[in-house]
Amino acid sequence: MIRDITIGQYYSVDSTIHRLDPRVKILGTLAYMISLFTFRDFAGYAVAVLFFALVLALSKVPFSYAARGLKPIFILMAFTAFLNLFWTDGTVFFRVGALAVTWEGLYKMIYISLRLILLVLGSSLMTLTTTPNQLTDGLERIFGPLKVFRVPVHEMAMMMSIALRFIPILIEETNRIMKAQTARGADFESGNLLQRLRNMLPLLIPLFVSAIRRATDLALAMDARCYHGGAGRTKMYPLRYRVNDFVAYGCLVAYIVILRAVVWVCPW
Amino acid sequence: MSLQLKNVSFYYESGGERKQALRNLSLEIGSNELIGLVGQTGSGKSTLLQLLNGLERPWEGRVLLDGRDVAAKDFSRKELCGRVGLVFQYPEHQLFGATVVEDVQFGPRNLGWEPLEVELSAFQALKDVGIGEDLLDVSPLALSGGQKRRVALAGVLAMKPEYLILDEPMAGLDPAGRREVFQMLLKLHRERNMSILFVSHSMEDVAEYAERVIVMHQGKVVLDGAARQIFRFEKELEQIGLRVPQTARFMHRLRDDGFPLKEECITPQEAVECILRQRGKSVR
Ligand SMILES: Nc1ncnc2c1ncn2[C@@H]1O[C@H](COP(=O)(O)OP(=O)(O)OP(=O)(O)O)[C@@H](O)[C@H]1O
Ligand SMILES: [Mg+2]
Repeated sequence: MIRDITIGQYYSVDSTIHRLDPRVKILGTLAYMISLFTFRDFAGYAVAVLFFALVLALSKVPFSYAARGLKPIFILMAFTAFLNLFWTDGTVFFRVGALAVTWEGLYKMIYISLRLILLVLGSSLMTLTTTPNQLTDGLERIFGPLKVFRVPVHEMAMMMSIALRFIPILIEETNRIMKAQTARGADFESGNLLQRLRNMLPLLIPLFVSAIRRATDLALAMDARCYHGGAGRTKMYPLRYRVNDFVAYGCLVAYIVILRAVVWVCPW
Repeated sequence: MSLQLKNVSFYYESGGERKQALRNLSLEIGSNELIGLVGQTGSGKSTLLQLLNGLERPWEGRVLLDGRDVAAKDFSRKELCGRVGLVFQYPEHQLFGATVVEDVQFGPRNLGWEPLEVELSAFQALKDVGIGEDLLDVSPLALSGGQKRRVALAGVLAMKPEYLILDEPMAGLDPAGRREVFQMLLKLHRERNMSILFVSHSMEDVAEYAERVIVMHQGKVVLDGAARQIFRFEKELEQIGLRVPQTARFMHRLRDDGFPLKEECITPQEAVECILRQRGKSVR
């Protein structure tokens, strides 16, 4: 049933990319994603694809695994591709009945699809190589300076990591309650939308009760250990940049320079 | 009248891996039995219970109720869960009604009974589990742990099952609460001729209350028989990570030491009587 959902789809192997500081990966992914919007030439895409392939190879994540992230957006992609293909003005390349395919449309379809694919692949490579906890750690450090403006950065990161921690627990709880109510003759599958929503109550109410109970327990347990927010709190494994991380930043800069150069030199 | 498993195998699949939870298991539960199901953690007890109630379907083999295959098209799920009541571990976690009565009525209403019938059976079930009338219109969340457990039990009893199946019904209750729940089960068994199967990790409880004991190990039934017979197999049970009740162990030691004991005693009460008789004293 719901057990099959995986969140924070971390792919557990040891690789150069996995060992990088999460800040490098977050900022690098961001830079890569922005870079994808700065050109429309195929030469540029060649560089972007090559860079992605290189990082993927270093990460030891199989391509088929990384490509799973594309499945949920497949419909969106097909739809944009379809729209771009048929509704772009320009020189007609061939016709199917009333629909005309233009050279411009074909070109636009290809580069927009490529852009979407690379965006998704790039971001899923980040979540595949970084555990949710590392991600929150990284985010906390990146947004750390905002503490000066009284933004509760630490508290937000803490909430995020607790929420992530609770997702599998709640999924299991949902399964359990669903079975218990099914044993009492509850029916979660048939009926119209309204009926179905009402039939969900015997599932949702115990689930909320249990979530609140767990949250209260956790809050008490944290309080009992004198948790008082971020002030003065140190980490067991503080994030610290190492040589590899600087090399990675270097590679990122090199990628952007090469990309700009290629786009500038080749006009297609 | 029987609930039967015939050559049943069951697997769990997670992340592309397949794990066998039940191996070619056969079992028959007659009417009016009182059975204790024991086995190490992970031996497949909970899985077995879910198959009996139709929550899971066997991969191989069949589940038969009165000789009819419950997977057959003309066998409705409602009939099965009405006739075989399943009480999960920590059943109080499933309570959701605004009031106690409302929650208990959920099951019978799902079975499509007449409103009057639903109400009557709910009241009867609450009476059976010993929930007083002053608690009927209280929110179930406002009750104590033991009371919640009993309300949840009533929720299944209200469906008037012929077979009542319970997964560790005593977990997390204090000694008084355990005794109360067991007394209630015994009463249902005797007065309503209900067939009861309960999972328990306490051999003392099993010795005290169960008439028949089924022992599971790695997805198979390895021992099945009268409680007195089963607890003779002290070595065999230890090999699969279980033990016999303290009393039985004590009596086995005595016998090994040459104390002449003929009968097998598994509860403290029996042991005392047995020893006194042996020494020629009358049993008070
Ligand atoms: N939802 C599930 N997904 C995958 N494997 C499972 C699942 N539920 C149980 N298992 C596995 O099936 C086996 C049998 O589990 P089961 O819950 O039936 O054991 P049990 O005898 O009830 O144990 P316990 O005494 O701890 O309750 C175990 O090895 C368990 O790891
Ligand atoms: Mg279990």
